Amino acid sequence: MDTLNNLDGAILTIVTFVPTLGAILLLFFDRKNVRAIRAFALVVALVTFVLSLHLIAHFNSGRSDFQFLVNVPWIPSVGISYHMGVDGISVFLILLATILTPLAVLASWSVSTRAKEYFVFMLMLETGMIGVFVSLDLFLFYLFWEVMLVPMYFLIGVWGGERRIYAAMKFVLYTMIGGVLMLVAILALYFLHGNATGTFTFSYPEILAALAKGALVIDPRIELLLFAAFFLAFAIKVPLFPFHTWLPDAHVEAPTAGSVLLAGVLLKMGTYGLMRFSLPLFPKVSHIFGPFISMLAVVGIVYGALVAMVQPDLKKLVAYSSVSHLGFIVLGIFSFTTQGLQGAVYQMLAHGVSTGGLFLLVGMIYERRHTRLISEFGGLANRMPVFAGVFLFVTLSSIGLPGLNGFVGEFLVLLGTFGARPGYAVVAATGVILSAVYMLWMFQRVIWGEISNPHNEALRDIGSRERLTLVPLLILIVWMGMYSNHFLRPMDASIAKLMNRVERVNTESVRTATQLPQ
Amino acid sequence: MNIPEINLYSILPIVVLSVFGIAIMVLEPFVQTEKRSALGWLALAGTVVAGVAIVPMHNQPGQWYSNLWIVDDYSTFFHALFIFIAAMTTLISIDYLPREKMNHAEYYALLLFATAGMLVMAGSNELMMVFIGLEILSIATYVMAGFRRTDLRSNEAALKYFLLGSFASAFFLYGVALIFGATGSTHLISIGAATFLPDLQLPLVYLSAALILIALCFKVAAAPFHIWAPDVYEGAPTPITGFMSVGPKAAGFAVLFRIFVTAFPLIQDRWTDVMWVVAALTMILGNVIAVVQPNIKRMLAYSSIAHAGYIAMAFTTATNRGGSAALFYTLAYAVMSLGAFAIVTMLGRSEDGKVQLTDFAGLAARRPGLAALLSLFLLSLAGVPGTAGFAGKFFIFRSAVESGMTSLAVIGVLTTVVSFYYYLYVIVQMYMKDPAEDFGDVKLTPALGVALTIAAIGTLYLGVLPTRILEWTAGAALNFLR
Repeated sequence: MDTLNNLDGAILTIVTFVPTLGAILLLFFDRKNVRAIRAFALVVALVTFVLSLHLIAHFNSGRSDFQFLVNVPWIPSVGISYHMGVDGISVFLILLATILTPLAVLASWSVSTRAKEYFVFMLMLETGMIGVFVSLDLFLFYLFWEVMLVPMYFLIGVWGGERRIYAAMKFVLYTMIGGVLMLVAILALYFLHGNATGTFTFSYPEILAALAKGALVIDPRIELLLFAAFFLAFAIKVPLFPFHTWLPDAHVEAPTAGSVLLAGVLLKMGTYGLMRFSLPLFPKVSHIFGPFISMLAVVGIVYGALVAMVQPDLKKLVAYSSVSHLGFIVLGIFSFTTQGLQGAVYQMLAHGVSTGGLFLLVGMIYERRHTRLISEFGGLANRMPVFAGVFLFVTLSSIGLPGLNGFVGEFLVLLGTFGARPGYAVVAATGVILSAVYMLWMFQRVIWGEISNPHNEALRDIGSRERLTLVPLLILIVWMGMYSNHFLRPMDASIAKLMNRVERVNTESVRTATQLPQ
Repeated sequence: MNIPEINLYSILPIVVLSVFGIAIMVLEPFVQTEKRSALGWLALAGTVVAGVAIVPMHNQPGQWYSNLWIVDDYSTFFHALFIFIAAMTTLISIDYLPREKMNHAEYYALLLFATAGMLVMAGSNELMMVFIGLEILSIATYVMAGFRRTDLRSNEAALKYFLLGSFASAFFLYGVALIFGATGSTHLISIGAATFLPDLQLPLVYLSAALILIALCFKVAAAPFHIWAPDVYEGAPTPITGFMSVGPKAAGFAVLFRIFVTAFPLIQDRWTDVMWVVAALTMILGNVIAVVQPNIKRMLAYSSIAHAGYIAMAFTTATNRGGSAALFYTLAYAVMSLGAFAIVTMLGRSEDGKVQLTDFAGLAARRPGLAALLSLFLLSLAGVPGTAGFAGKFFIFRSAVESGMTSLAVIGVLTTVVSFYYYLYVIVQMYMKDPAEDFGDVKLTPALGVALTIAAIGTLYLGVLPTRILEWTAGAALNFLR
């Protein structure tokens, strides 16, 4: 039992840094031995996944606080600690990252140019992704948030498509602008907390506790600025309309695995940040701007869907569908209802699985035909029946067919939003319909019909490695669709705590508002 | 008349550097041209001995030589920094000089003298001493900038630096003369005390402070007195460019801090206002203009201007924490900038010919190690977390926010985003373009290997475990700032 407890204290460090360790070891491989390099990368990613299972196996669903805590002073004179922990929200996002990374490695099997650097960057990216979700120190969080840009920048810029340099640069600069302003806000929060309580620390739980207890009271105008800085960083990352313009470029140019991780995990950092930091730290301003942000989310849902409909390029279509789906997540978060928040987290996971799957599938036919234009395809079902079947499955999950994973999240979000802001929910629901339109229309043009393009005559169906990449996602799609409680229950306590924080402030602010006239 | 007590220990590093410098000049005629690199190693030995000599110096705290000379943690820190810079520059130069067929040992002597000049600046407690240090440094640097005698650009660099530098020196002297007229002293502490006397002529103090500030802003290449820097940095031999981007800059800041905090506390609110503008302008101009530079030496020159802006921001706060952050940043900048210049020196090849950004195309495919190292230094210069550059910027922004200069911090972080563009553009060339050549003639020599190892380890160490160095800089700044 003792060793088990020790492991609990170290598991987050291990899960976060095993990929980095693997990346460092990978540096010593002979660069010509591509087989060994990718096999090793896969082993590292799988080991990380198995280790991350410890988190869910030993996760105590009844507790709302952070678990598997580790808290070691790092730069004590500044109040920076190596402080990590997970709750019911982040534990699943870590699993999402550790599941998608091995699949991304498998999907990169055909990468042969500079394979060593490629897998080094991919493993470093995994450390960055996990690090963002486990950090409880604001400095540490910012560190992972920014560091993670570097490997992604290389993955897009070196192994991407034709306009890869433009896309990589745009990706970094957009994310940076939001990020650096968040850094200033973090610093300001640090000093506000330090001056109010006397302890200068970047510890998120401590700052949050001071806010909740009233030991730290932030001037409303300053709170607004702080909220804006955090919000901008997260909104660009999500990306929320109108900050989404980097996403289609990055997705189209990124290699398949890059797109999978970008859509699957990186975008969730933005919505995670909104839930973890924006709402609890600045509940009042969140409430005030809730309607406005929800409006942006709804516009994003409809706009993303409409633009997706007219895309000639498969990847761009999926990219815009992400803008639409991520709008649902933001809508759920800013509905300030339990169902909305639950749905948001659920949709984060579901979107990661379905969209990750879609990008994998698009990557498979791109590898065969070196084009992603919908008009180049047609009638693929005749030559690639297995592919067509899986594609249909993932498409339906992305649309949100009841019984599959996408339905639960969207339903909960709409349910929660309907209670809070019915008008928004009605408009957002059209996004569900539109998603069926553009996805099924795309599916019809690519898969059904006769083969019109002679280039598609000789296409092979997907092989065993490709099937292996897809099977875990198919299982998850069904599992998440049928047994949503397996996923919802562990996050209950954390969501209730978040709701408690958001709700109490809301009633308080209402009370003070009604008292003001007297 | 009192004969001041002579305390050789308190100036031991300067003595050591000067002795080694003179020894190198005397020895040169007796050494064959092919073997002159040995004198480079001798110069390196000189910096090591001087580094060791800091210890006895540090054990003699207080004011010496009629209070002209001060030994405190602040001057010790800068002694260590300048000697480190000299050692790194020597390592970078040892194989550069034979390659460029200008293996003259007076190069090393000049480098040691310039370093001695910086040490004089760091420990001066009096304006004329500062001036002497400044001139020892400047004259040696003018010569080194023009060291490639047959190259027009190098000559242009030297002449430009000399003419404009002379103006700056004159400004400084005018400033000294005026403050002497106003307070009757050139001693910093006496000036500081005299400014609080009732019959003070305040306009003279303002004018004097302004002139001194202009002169030192010129030396550190802060906007709007930065115009000379890009041409000089481009024309000078690459190792000297590296030296100039960190050494004289740090020395300029070292005296800037000491003079203004010790001698002009009376008008602190005014000069912090001025520095606010200087810092903002320097960060904006340096970073924005760097974006369009096609030549890496010019690009690094503008980036060096931008970094002066960040240090100036820390200075603007006029707090202990700001001072500590500034000191930390000078060290971090020295480590990463020298690392970058070591690689640029190596890749420049004959006559520093290959210094266009496009000359770096495809480096990663041919020399992955070098490309990775240069990427590390560039990412650190840009300020990616986990590197020295980020830790340094973080501490500076922290001190700025603490002092309520949030808007300056916002300007700082936004210009950092701009800087990402041009640093990443070099990485674009190295990693994302097809190789134009095979880089087979790029030689990684042992001396450069040592320099790069030190720079790389330093960059990561300062970035990941900054605590000890931060404690050091905090202690060094504490002794004299408010």
